[in-house]
Amino acid sequence: MLKKRKLGRGVAVVGAGMSRFGMFKDMDSKDLFVEAFREMLLSVDKGVDPNEIEALYLGNFSNDFFMHQAHWAPIISDLIGVTPKPATRTEGACASSALSFREGVFAIASGFYDMVLVGGVEEMSKCSTAEVAEGLALATVPYEGKVGFTFPGVFGVIGTSYFAKYGASREHLMNVTIKSHNNAPLNPKAQIPYSVRDLMNAKIERIKQKGRPLPQWKDEKDFLRDPSANPVVAWPMNLYDCCPISDGASCMLLVAEDIAKNFTDKPLYVAGIGQGSGRGFHAAKSLTSFEATINAAEEAYGMSGLKPEDIQFAEVHDCFSIAEIIHTEDLGFFKPGEGYKAVEEGLTRLDGPKPINTSGGLKSKGHPVGATGTSQLFEVWKQLRNEAGKRQVPNKNLRFGAAHNLGGTGGTCTFTILERR
Amino acid sequence: MEERNFSDISYEQYLNENKLMGSRCKKCGVLYTPPRALCIKCYSSEMEWVEMKGDGKLSAFTCIAVGPPFMIDEGYDRNHLYCVGVVELDEGTRVDARIEGVDTNKPDTIKVGMPVSVEFLHRGEGEELMTYLAFKPA
Repeated sequence: MLKKRKLGRGVAVVGAGMSRFGMFKDMDSKDLFVEAFREMLLSVDKGVDPNEIEALYLGNFSNDFFMHQAHWAPIISDLIGVTPKPATRTEGACASSALSFREGVFAIASGFYDMVLVGGVEEMSKCSTAEVAEGLALATVPYEGKVGFTFPGVFGVIGTSYFAKYGASREHLMNVTIKSHNNAPLNPKAQIPYSVRDLMNAKIERIKQKGRPLPQWKDEKDFLRDPSANPVVAWPMNLYDCCPISDGASCMLLVAEDIAKNFTDKPLYVAGIGQGSGRGFHAAKSLTSFEATINAAEEAYGMSGLKPEDIQFAEVHDCFSIAEIIHTEDLGFFKPGEGYKAVEEGLTRLDGPKPINTSGGLKSKGHPVGATGTSQLFEVWKQLRNEAGKRQVPNKNLRFGAAHNLGGTGGTCTFTILERR
Repeated sequence: MEERNFSDISYEQYLNENKLMGSRCKKCGVLYTPPRALCIKCYSSEMEWVEMKGDGKLSAFTCIAVGPPFMIDEGYDRNHLYCVGVVELDEGTRVDARIEGVDTNKPDTIKVGMPVSVEFLHRGEGEELMTYLAFKPA
C-alpha cells in the first residue's frame, strides 16, 4: 500500500542551530530565535551569506495565546535580516516546526527557492501553569476538552488503555523517564540536565537541610513511586511522566541538493518526509496508536525506500512517557504491545541497538512546543555529523536518523528521515 | 424525529434534554456519535437521528489532578481528582465523557471494560444551561 512519493528535486540541510531550552526571565522568544539563528550561521562549514536566504517558514503554536502577540513570523524575520522576503507561520500545535521544515522542503523541491530558513519558536514560562494548561488544551479535540480533558489527561487515557490491552504498568513508564533523564546531562542545551538519581539525591539533600525526616528511597523507581516526590497529574501520568514548561527556538538552513556542497562537505539529505492527521478518541481507530503517525511513517518510508530497521536512531515526541512507547510501535521499531518491553530491556538506551531520544527527549531537554520539531531534527543533525559530543551514539557508521513530531492529541504527526551520504 | 441540523450544537441541545443522540447514514448504515452531517464512509449526507440506549463499557480513563478553570470552579484540585474517560456504547460507537461514582483516589479500583450507564450532569439554568455527558458504573 506504500505509495512511492518523491520530491521534485533533492533537498539538503547545511546548517542548524538551537537556543538553550529552559525558563528564561531575561529573554523572550525573539531573543532565543536570534540565538538559534546565530548558531545556525556558525554551523555552516564553508559559510553562508544570510542575504541568500529567500524565505522564512516559522513554526509557532500560540504566541497569540501565551504572549498576546500574534503574527510572529515577520517580526522575527526582521530581527534576523530576512525582511522583506516572505515570512510564513506554520501551526500544527506541538508539531508546528516540523511543518515549517516540511514547507521549506516543498518550496525548494518545487524549484521555486534554492535556500530557505525553517524553524520554530515558543515562549511559555511567563504564563502560570494553569494558563499553560489552558493554552495547550486549545489543541485538544472539542469533545474531549468540553468534558474536562487536559493534555496529560488525554495521554492518561492512552495509558490506561495500553495497560489494559498489553499488561504494562506505571513501573514500565518509569523506565522511559529514567532512560531519557540519563541522556539529558550529556546535552548542554537540556532544560533539566539531571538524571532521576541526581534529582532524587538533590531532594534528599534539601530535606536534610530542613531537618525533616529522611525518606527511605532505595532507588530511582522507589523515588518515582512516592506520590510526595512524584504526584499525580492525570493518572497514570505523574509529574515525572510529563514534559516541563519551556521557552526555546531552533532553526535549520535548507538548500537545493545540487548546491549543498557549496556550503559544507557534510550536508544531510532529506531521505523521507511524511505527515498525517488524526482525530479524537470518539472516532480514532485505536486508543493505543496514532493514525497520524502511521500515515506519516508510511509516507516517509515509502519515499525513502527504507524500513523501520534501517533507522539507526530517532527522536520521538515523548511529551508524556506513554507517548514514547506508542510512537516506537507506530513507527514500526517494535511490534504493538512490545514497546514497553524494549525500554525495559534497554534497547532504546544511548548504547542500545535503537537509541531513542538521545537528546533527553521532550521530557528532559524541554518542550517549547513550536520549537520542538526542528530541535528534534537538530539532534539528528548533530548525531549524523558525529558532533553530538558526550551523547554521540556509539555506532560509528550512522547514515539514517529520524525525528517524529506530534501535534495536539495526535491531530498532526510528522516523520522525517535524514541521511548522511 | 424532528428536523435538527446534524451538528455539535444539536448534540448538546439533546444532552440538555437528557438524550444521547447519534446520526446514522441512511445510505450505508454507519452510525456516528457524536453525530456527523456527512458520512465519511460513503460521503452521503442523508442522515437520521438515532437515540443511544446509554449503556456501554469503559474503554479507558484518567483521573485528573490539575484541571481546566471550569473544573477547578467545580471544586476539583490536587486533593479532589475527577475522572474522565472514553466509553464504548453498546451500539458500537465511542464517546468522551465524565466518569462519576468512582474512587478517584484509588484509580487501581477503576477497571477498563467495566459496564457503565449514562448520566446527564446539568449546570446552569435557562439560556445558560449546559450539560456534561457522564457515565457511572452500571
